[in-house]
Amino acid sequence: MKKIISKQQYCMGCGLCEVYCTVSHSKSKDIIKAYNRENPRPVSRINLEVQKPVSFALQCRHCEDAPCVDACLTGAMKKDSESGIVTHDYEKCIGCWTCIMICPYGAIMRDNTGKAVSKCDLCSEFGEPACVTHCPNRALVYKEVKL
Amino acid sequence: MSKYVIVGGSATGMGAIEAIREVDLLGCITLISEEVCPYYSRPMISDLVSGKADFNKMKCREDNFWKKNNVLAIVGQKAVNLNLSEKKITLDNNELIKYEKLLIATGGTPFIPKIKGGNKKGVYSFTTISDATLLESKIEKSKNVVVVGGGLIGVSVTEALVNRGLKVTMVELKDHILSLILDEKSSEMIQKAIEEAGVTILTGKTIKEIIGKPNNEKLVAGAILTDGNKIDCDLIIIAIGVIPRIDITKKTNLKTNRGILVNRRMETNIADVYSAGDVAEAYDFLLEENRLLPLWPLAYQEGKVAGYNMAGKDVIYSGGTAMSSLKYFNMPIITFGITNPKEIKDFEILTKFIPKKKIYKKILLKNNKIVGLTFINEIEKAGIFFQLLKQGINIKKFKRTLISDEFGIASLPKSLRKKIFEVD
Repeated sequence: MKKIISKQQYCMGCGLCEVYCTVSHSKSKDIIKAYNRENPRPVSRINLEVQKPVSFALQCRHCEDAPCVDACLTGAMKKDSESGIVTHDYEKCIGCWTCIMICPYGAIMRDNTGKAVSKCDLCSEFGEPACVTHCPNRALVYKEVKL
Repeated sequence: MSKYVIVGGSATGMGAIEAIREVDLLGCITLISEEVCPYYSRPMISDLVSGKADFNKMKCREDNFWKKNNVLAIVGQKAVNLNLSEKKITLDNNELIKYEKLLIATGGTPFIPKIKGGNKKGVYSFTTISDATLLESKIEKSKNVVVVGGGLIGVSVTEALVNRGLKVTMVELKDHILSLILDEKSSEMIQKAIEEAGVTILTGKTIKEIIGKPNNEKLVAGAILTDGNKIDCDLIIIAIGVIPRIDITKKTNLKTNRGILVNRRMETNIADVYSAGDVAEAYDFLLEENRLLPLWPLAYQEGKVAGYNMAGKDVIYSGGTAMSSLKYFNMPIITFGITNPKEIKDFEILTKFIPKKKIYKKILLKNNKIVGLTFINEIEKAGIFFQLLKQGINIKKFKRTLISDEFGIASLPKSLRKKIFEVD
């Protein structure tokens, strides 16, 4: 399957990945509107991890044996057997936080309502995820990985 | 004759079915379930009572779950007798089912202590969908409820009843609520949030007698506490805890303690008989012993391990440990491992407490390893700590970062990031 690979040596810690993740998951898909008018603003589903001089962006790894899928109380987290994507069904999520407790990457967060979680969905409707497209130094690449 | 027979269709049964089908597409699976549709989320029964979810939303698998996995489901029937030497199960309609491999996943049953007057109408437990629907049907005609037990079930049902406009009194025998998973400070924080929602919480006492109405003795009118005080109420919910449903093992040679004893392949002492979930005493990797841990995620995992082994794939259960996440009364809480030890001198404790924001973080260390954690309100990234705990990682080199706001995988040494987290 295709995954987002983070290249620490190229990451400048600029945070544009978080900005464009937020925009990509906003209603308006417009950076100004998403930041100024959408209330509550969608959360970024990617974490920019910074401990200088180290920085890299991290989001759901779409694990092969995904602990969040096994632990999910409601069946909201699922592993798509064909695409390999770990999908999150917002309608089924009750915000019990079990997946936040179990995700080894800390890559699942509470969403802006505080009633459900949110995580990377590999938003590839434009060919590749928004964080990858907008990474100015190609520290994020979207490529096929062997499982 | 069925190759695989599973008794119980909740989390453990679901896990077993899915694991068996990963390995064996054809072997006949028979599922025996007392509940007609057992693949619903038990933890969601409070959402049903509060009106946030209907049964459809509670189903954690698609409606064709059994069909898709080619499962022969016998529902509405109870397995009443096991003949392990002849590998036969008797159902309550006298039907006989023969098996090659058996999984006992009968789960837990609410613990109901003997209370004077406890057989009156209006006394309920709260673990299954039928408990929830029954309670739901009584809400409109009720005003005051006593919830006995300030554990997870007690807190969840209390929130649901508050959402429905009922006046709840919670009675907890211990000094503080949620005492199994929270220390005093965190317990006080959630207690305050619950009280602010209009709930009365009484600790250090329980109920000793249930009294009936003057005109109808059989209907609940109130409860008398161990301190002699009386509370008027229309409903009483017993939420003290669950105990393993092991009655079916009674006439067999299956080894049991409080639950059924299993090894790390979920095998019992009898060949071809497996057990997992709330009915079994499975491995706790932190305490390095087997014990009861009636938690949904562990029940599912244990079911999977049982399923793999039943189907011939050798899988060792890596183990679970105490872990809870709470969403009640707008106070997200995550705790795992050892959170409230009796002897604190054995531990190094890192804490952060911001009363204004209701943020509390506490990490327990022993010999430079994480052994327990409590996070309130700032719960993100708790899973990284869980991984460090589970892998038994020495955190000495990055100890000072653990409680900081910026903590993340970038805080870990490069070798650890690569090895454990597979991140550059």
